[in-house]
Amino acid sequence: MNQSDSTPFAVTIQNLTKKYGSLKALDKITFSVHKGELFALLGPNGAGKTTLVRILTGLTRPSFGIAQVNGQAGLVPQALNLDYDLTVSENLLIHGLLYHMPYPAIGSRIRELLAYTEIAHKARATIRTLSGGMKRRVMIARALMHDPEVLFLDEPTVGLDPHIRRKIWSLIKRVQGQGTTILLTTHYIEEAELLADKVALLDHGTIVALDTPRNLKARMGTYAVDIVDDNGLATNYFPDKESARKAMLDMGEQGRAITLRQVTLEDAVVGLTGRTEK
Amino acid sequence: MNGFIAVYLRELLILKHRFWRMLMSFAVSPVLYLVAFGLGMGKNVKVGHQSYVEFLIPGLVAMSSMMQGFGINVEINVTRFYLKVFEEFQAAPISNLSYVCGEVAGGVTRAILASCVIVCLSLVTGLGLTFGPDFWGLVFLNATVFAALGVTSAMLIKNHADQALITNLVITPMAFLGGTFFPLKNLPPWARAPLELIPLSHASRGLRMAASHRPVSPEDCIILAVLSIAAIGLAWWSVDRAKD
Repeated sequence: MNQSDSTPFAVTIQNLTKKYGSLKALDKITFSVHKGELFALLGPNGAGKTTLVRILTGLTRPSFGIAQVNGQAGLVPQALNLDYDLTVSENLLIHGLLYHMPYPAIGSRIRELLAYTEIAHKARATIRTLSGGMKRRVMIARALMHDPEVLFLDEPTVGLDPHIRRKIWSLIKRVQGQGTTILLTTHYIEEAELLADKVALLDHGTIVALDTPRNLKARMGTYAVDIVDDNGLATNYFPDKESARKAMLDMGEQGRAITLRQVTLEDAVVGLTGRTEK
Repeated sequence: MNGFIAVYLRELLILKHRFWRMLMSFAVSPVLYLVAFGLGMGKNVKVGHQSYVEFLIPGLVAMSSMMQGFGINVEINVTRFYLKVFEEFQAAPISNLSYVCGEVAGGVTRAILASCVIVCLSLVTGLGLTFGPDFWGLVFLNATVFAALGVTSAMLIKNHADQALITNLVITPMAFLGGTFFPLKNLPPWARAPLELIPLSHASRGLRMAASHRPVSPEDCIILAVLSIAAIGLAWWSVDRAKD
């Protein structure tokens, strides 16, 4: 889904900074998310993604700057924060009451969301009996209970099997299809590439790039040539297939494995972040 | 109001799912104290005009309601540090006061259940104690004070291990020195004066009077009521401090 620049903003962030002592977890971050957009924050562990989501959902106070969410926010945090002794329906019921939903509407909303997330058959199961993928779906259903305008998903597929991850991706796209703005944090590059309308690369608390996945990839080129030899892996980027092929021929094999492929978002991330431990 | 209902309902649902396990845990300590100090050691001991068992039971109710009320802090700690459900409450559009009142109500409910276990035991043994509205009113006030202090401690600590420290340093000494097992008037004045400041001393004395058909001192009721409000205020303040 492409958003025009005239679409109003669902999330606005200006000069947002968060300090823990001398450590700057976020350093003067500025960006906006259009309504209906799926915006991915991509970055390695410790980049500041979760801190940003915590500030936007009111869990953490910023040191300074503006963080504004227009409309009700829903949150699926990174940690599985469900009540393990309660049933799936009870977890959703408590959430509905916390968000001031009228009691008669809660029951029908629970049924609707459990069907939507394909876990209706587990309505009366306690959380501790569910698989990891089901728990994630309960968390998404719970976050959607009060029909939020903006949904924050903090690493929603971390630790899940590939086929469960794809189910969650499909669910996320369906939620966006219904008009919900989604801000997704992930360190799975393919997740951002597949789902996001826009991607911000976050590293050491600053945004190093912000664009559509297509434009980010274009910054590196169109085709890449990987060369694997005794010295390790090296990648060269080219604006078109012809120049990449020509370069491959010039290199010759000489005991090396050479592969021609299209540029991926991972190339852009590696090229733009160049991460070192702080 | 919905925030209060949500927080309290959650505590009630947890209680429902673990009801028999919790009831057994509520009963263990009072039964042990009753057997050891009441039926064993104190069988032939008199305190004033009462048998020691009759003296002990209201004290055990005071101690148990304190322990179970304060024990809400364990649930909150698990919610905060292990399950991370506390973040659900922090992110939700509910006031800190609704959260505090919901958790305090949860602690009071546990305290009343624990007190019911002791009262049932005493009814079985056929003692001449009565448990009227004044008795239960004092149980409620005592539980409110300690549940609110439990919420405060759970908000102020930085990790689960600190909680055991608070319990060992504050609650356990109070349980033994708050007039639970012996009348404070037996102590010399220098020892008695500080112990009179403990909320549990007022609860033990009040409950003892109520259980033996004697008028409860208004002073004890007023002190517990004032401490309840102050403790809720403290808990309210502490919830805001728990934010990162």
